[in-house]
Amino acid sequence: MIVVVIVNSPGWPAVRRAFFDGHEFTSSLPEISRAFLTNVEIFCIAEGFILVVGLAIAVMRSLPGPVFFPIRALAILYADIFRGIPTILVIYILGFGAPALQLSWLPTSTVVWGIVGLVLIYSAYVSEVYRAGIDSVHPSQDAAARSLGLSRSQSMRHVVLPQAVRRVVPPLLNDFIGLQKDTALIALLGTVEAFRQSQIDVAATFNFTPYLATALLFVAITIPLARFTDWLLNRDRRRRQSAGALG
Amino acid sequence: MRKALIAPVVALTALVLAAAAGAAGARHAAVAAGCDKAGLPLVTKGMLTIGTDNPAYPPWFGGGELKGSKWKIDDPATGQGYESAVAYEVAKRLGFGKAQVMWKVVPFSQSFAPGRKKFDLFVNQVSYSPVRAKNVDFSASYYDVAQAVVALKGKPIAKAAGVAALKAFKLGAPIGTTSYRAITDVIRPKPGPGVYDTLNDGVTALKNGQIDGLVVDLPTAFYITAAQIDNGVIVGQLPAVGGQQERFGLVLGKGSAVTACVDRALAAMRADGTLKKLVGTWLAKSAGAPILK
Repeated sequence: MIVVVIVNSPGWPAVRRAFFDGHEFTSSLPEISRAFLTNVEIFCIAEGFILVVGLAIAVMRSLPGPVFFPIRALAILYADIFRGIPTILVIYILGFGAPALQLSWLPTSTVVWGIVGLVLIYSAYVSEVYRAGIDSVHPSQDAAARSLGLSRSQSMRHVVLPQAVRRVVPPLLNDFIGLQKDTALIALLGTVEAFRQSQIDVAATFNFTPYLATALLFVAITIPLARFTDWLLNRDRRRRQSAGALG
Repeated sequence: MRKALIAPVVALTALVLAAAAGAAGARHAAVAAGCDKAGLPLVTKGMLTIGTDNPAYPPWFGGGELKGSKWKIDDPATGQGYESAVAYEVAKRLGFGKAQVMWKVVPFSQSFAPGRKKFDLFVNQVSYSPVRAKNVDFSASYYDVAQAVVALKGKPIAKAAGVAALKAFKLGAPIGTTSYRAITDVIRPKPGPGVYDTLNDGVTALKNGQIDGLVVDLPTAFYITAAQIDNGVIVGQLPAVGGQQERFGLVLGKGSAVTACVDRALAAMRADGTLKKLVGTWLAKSAGAPILK
């Protein structure tokens, strides 16, 4: 129905020419694919840092007692600030601001600053995901571990976190997909990644088909990841159910 | 059915009006018949709507920021700056007085988006290319332009004497410009280029040392070194991309009935020396950079 309406609209021939040009598609795809490797590089490196930093923040935030109040407050402040600022602004401010300090030991590479920006933002999101996972582990688990003589950190490391992380794998992958798409924002700093390459092609020809090619590349990488998440979840559920049946 | 009826009616009205205008003494002798403003399919009736991007940069626009105006850096409605002056001159020859010209903020990427255009003309240093001309109309040239490299004084790139000497440096350009193609097609440097959304971002990257050189059109290069950075220098002009003289054209909707009229106005402006005079007034400072071979 929607397709019929679109195809019969008066502007459709112009839109088809502008967005679905086979020649433009095939001529722009190789270049965009090459540029897409930059996106892959960026999100792979960034995700590694994010998983570590996010976990550290989440653990900091779940430290109990008044002694750790400053650390907890810091973690909360961090999550509030970096979840609050639009990603595009963080990348602009860091990417053009930090090199403007003219400190010779600071890198000027746009990719580096882009990654730093993404890590800051996504670590804030991911720390919340971890925290939800940690909170979902019943306090009796921690109590039991402590009564067996494990220290607080040992209990966290060997009892709470393994259960917590397993539960939050789907939302973590959700954030990972978000990260993949946000790598396109690094284009703002001048880096020629897939989106910027397609913009260049669009501006050179005044034809929008390269955007479609880029969209397909992003989808091509997120769909397998989504299926992988589904498979992981199903496997986990099967295991737990069979364990329940046995036990 | 309705549409089919309207066209001849409009055409007839145009003819009558054109005849009336002719009888009134052919005020707009420079532009031939069929281009009377009453007969043109305009965005707003009786007004010539001209689009350009905001901020409006010198030397293309001038007059500074006016109080209460949305335009930044310069205001196209002042008639100052080369593109503003050319636009008003074209408008005048099509029969539009200064008050009948309406300026509209149109980002570059909107200028070629498919669908009905929100402007009659778009003027924003857009370079003609045959591929682009498949999707929009271009007017004849209103300025023949060269690309140039801007760098910071005292940096190694500032001593480059030829195109080959530029290959080792990291260069940048605003997106969608011939400047970018000058990097990838003419200089072909080893480090990949930086490509920026706006001229300002490119200038910032140059100041930050994220790129060694910024490629822009020559008049913009003079503006950057004169007004935007303290220690800037023009390394030199580059040879034309593909050996073709680069030219700026006004952008119009594909198949616009206004294009032929604008072309006639521009041809008349070229023939009677008006374009040359405007270049002298607004772009005189933009000559004399060394030519890189």
